[in-house]
Amino acid sequence: MDEPRRNLLRWLLGGGFSASLISFLYPAFKFMNPPDIPEASVNEVSAGKVQDLKPNTGKIVKFGSLPVLLVRTTETEWRAFSAVCTHLNCTVQYKESSHQIWCACHNGLYNLNGQVVSGPPPHPLEAYSVHIRGDEVVISRRA
Amino acid sequence: MRYGVLAFLFAVPLAATDSCLECHSVLEGRLQAPAKAFANDIHARFGFSCADCHGGNRNEMDPETAMSKARGFVGKIPRTAVPERCAHCHSNASLMEKYKPRQRVDQMAQYRTSVHGKRLATGDTKVATCIDCHSVHDIREVKDPLSPVHPLRLPETCARCHADPAYMAGYKLATDQFANYRKSVHWEALAKRGDLSAPSCASCHGNHGAQPPEVESVAAVCGTCHVVMEDLYKKSPHQPVFAAMGAAGCVVCHSNHEIRPPNVGMLAGPNAVCSQCHDATSAGGIAAAEMAQQITSLEKALARSDEILANAQQSGMEVSEALLRQREGREDLVKAAVAVHAFETAAVQKPVNEGLAIAAETYQTGASALKERTHRRLGLSVSLIAIAVTMLGLWLAIRSIEGRTTPSS
Amino acid sequence: MASATEPPQRVGWLEERLGLASIRAFLAHKTVPVHAQTLWYYFGGITLFLFVIQVLTGTLLLLYYRPSPAEAYESVQFIVTRVQFGWLIRSIHSWSANLMILSAFIHMFSVVFLRAFRRPRELTWLSGIALLGLALGFGFSGYLLPWNTVSYFATKVGTDMAAAVPVVGHGLARFLRGGNDVGGATLTRFFGFHVAVLPGITTLLLLAHLMLVQKHGMSSPQRAVEEYRRKGLPIPQMPFFPNFFLRELMAWYAALGVLGSLAAIFPWELGVKADPFAPAPAGIRPEWYFLAPFYTLKLIPSHVWVFEGELVGLVGFGLLALWWVVLPFWAVNRQGEERTRLVTGAGVVLVAYLVTFSALGYWR
Repeated sequence: MDEPRRNLLRWLLGGGFSASLISFLYPAFKFMNPPDIPEASVNEVSAGKVQDLKPNTGKIVKFGSLPVLLVRTTETEWRAFSAVCTHLNCTVQYKESSHQIWCACHNGLYNLNGQVVSGPPPHPLEAYSVHIRGDEVVISRRA
Repeated sequence: MRYGVLAFLFAVPLAATDSCLECHSVLEGRLQAPAKAFANDIHARFGFSCADCHGGNRNEMDPETAMSKARGFVGKIPRTAVPERCAHCHSNASLMEKYKPRQRVDQMAQYRTSVHGKRLATGDTKVATCIDCHSVHDIREVKDPLSPVHPLRLPETCARCHADPAYMAGYKLATDQFANYRKSVHWEALAKRGDLSAPSCASCHGNHGAQPPEVESVAAVCGTCHVVMEDLYKKSPHQPVFAAMGAAGCVVCHSNHEIRPPNVGMLAGPNAVCSQCHDATSAGGIAAAEMAQQITSLEKALARSDEILANAQQSGMEVSEALLRQREGREDLVKAAVAVHAFETAAVQKPVNEGLAIAAETYQTGASALKERTHRRLGLSVSLIAIAVTMLGLWLAIRSIEGRTTPSS
Repeated sequence: MASATEPPQRVGWLEERLGLASIRAFLAHKTVPVHAQTLWYYFGGITLFLFVIQVLTGTLLLLYYRPSPAEAYESVQFIVTRVQFGWLIRSIHSWSANLMILSAFIHMFSVVFLRAFRRPRELTWLSGIALLGLALGFGFSGYLLPWNTVSYFATKVGTDMAAAVPVVGHGLARFLRGGNDVGGATLTRFFGFHVAVLPGITTLLLLAHLMLVQKHGMSSPQRAVEEYRRKGLPIPQMPFFPNFFLRELMAWYAALGVLGSLAAIFPWELGVKADPFAPAPAGIRPEWYFLAPFYTLKLIPSHVWVFEGELVGLVGFGLLALWWVVLPFWAVNRQGEERTRLVTGAGVVLVAYLVTFSALGYWR
């Protein structure tokens, strides 16, 4: 084979081979580099600082894909429940005046144990655990 | 007779003998039917016998003595006397406490206030008495799905009379309530989703004290579940106006039995309810048009986001978080519809704005996902080119090694 | 020290320690027959290549995957959404699994129709069948790992069928499930099978299979042998290195292109996280490579004479599989003559059955 053709062949093969190798190795190395959020937060979520929520108030926190209602009942007591009403999936809220969890859609009422007090909801709200780490409030799934 | 009275007074069921059932269950036809049905009756479960309602003596096998009129046997109870017969026990608090302490004992008092009760007192035997709704001889608990007054079966029970034009002829009442109710969103919840909390006839009209709610109390009745709407309505300009007109609150716009899922078409368009009173150029007409436009704009924005997210998902991009955010956007749409009951555009604008912000956000996510898809396909093309070049190089290498002849051994 | 015949210094260092000369000599002499059916020779290599892809992408996925019901689905979601090129690695892994099994079946049927199982290659056939079984095991165990609705119920159906095997069924199902039901124990166990047990066994069998292939060389189909015998010529051969190998590289590169395109244009879906308490969705079915037996079992009536239909089906499949495994031994009669038409017929019927019933299982 003559020189120019052999060179062309070398370039094609070498160049193509290197380019393809890079296009395979580049994603692999990028893959191994851990992303900014190093792991999926499945089982627990930080719900802000202790000072952010006053006693006898509640707020909605995102837990994975669904909302969770965090309630600070007293200075030292915290409760958390799934915020999805068991009737027709509206988001519930904390009613400070009656110390109950209320659903605005059809007037369903739950107590602070998540149990149904009145109204259409058929099931209680699923409870979550709340721990205080330093000054951070952490909500986690009950085992 | 003595034993029957003793059993009655002390409510000690003598489970051993019940001559009524023993004889009647081996008879035929009309005389056998009650005995057969009684096996399913809750009274049988508590040890009661036919004699406890019909009189007579359950311990006597001889028909003459068992069904002796002298000894209290009544036989078939006339319709006008049925409620009192039931109330003899069911309104006796100390008696009911022995069997079901928490059961109410005021049904009779309620019944007397109802339209049925009042008409029965005048001698009208066509109206409903206890046995027409609760059945007779096979009376089941309300929570038993086979009971005619179980929440899922109650509307059909009322409709037995109230939807029968021939039966209801002579009364100045419509007979289309059940047919209308069947088109409603409450019926769908009850019958199709099995939601026992969904309202049916008794929820609004009462059961024993059945009568239509007064015009001024309609909003309160609806408001037992639809609290927020009632609150807003009471503070809105419509409430005093409707009250003065003698118009029945919620029913004016939403109807009473045929309550359909609400939509923007109620505010504006050919089937709008607002335009039934409000001229298009009036303040009310303009407000209605504006509220309709606000809600429609949010619906459109959410639909636009839905479309782009579906497109992204269809191409294999991961957009589950954005889809969940859409859920929140839809909640804002619901809040906007609720805010309509304040009948002022500022109230509706707030949730609409929040929803529009969410829709804009999710649309962005969808657009980024599509951009990423393009990016990936570009990367794919680059690597395919590299692969093609390499394959070309390999092919040329093969040809150069083998020349133009086929390889030989 | 270096003479004209000795290899250069650096090769000499390795040579002294590893003694590769014999391997190089062997490879230099290895040839591949050239005839109309040469195309089919590539499929073994493609299957091997795809297996290597599986090992590589699988190892990468192992860096992020978590084998517990609470975390499995979320970790796959994490890989696909947050890890750079996670979508690519995951989709390649899923697509390559399917292509590898397809390639293995093509390889097996090409061996049947070209009669490459004939003496002395019976052990190669046996090890190959075992490898196919292992590949299906990889597929079945890997399918559960994303822990979505389809995986969960497909595993349930699959292990239910195992339970129906006579005598050992109950024990077998318990062994597979790690308990009485499909749950977290099953996931951990399948993960162990998928990343440790099966790869270990496969590596050994693969080495055996490849060594046997090298030992016996490539077989040529009867037709080519006879054609060249009539001509009075030996069958043309091409050197394995570099001719066949370069061609094989082309095939492998083509496979890479196909995989990349599939991953980018038809990414593997995440599904919905498995909920063991929800009822099985309608129309649940296993992956395509299990569809034919699955659909067959659905067609068998609940009772065949005095036996339970499912039992009849499973025993039937067992016998069929056993008969297929010992193919090389019944492919020759007592006189040593080949039962050519029987084998071809059996092969055609099996292919037709698999294709038809897989299609039916997919569309019904």
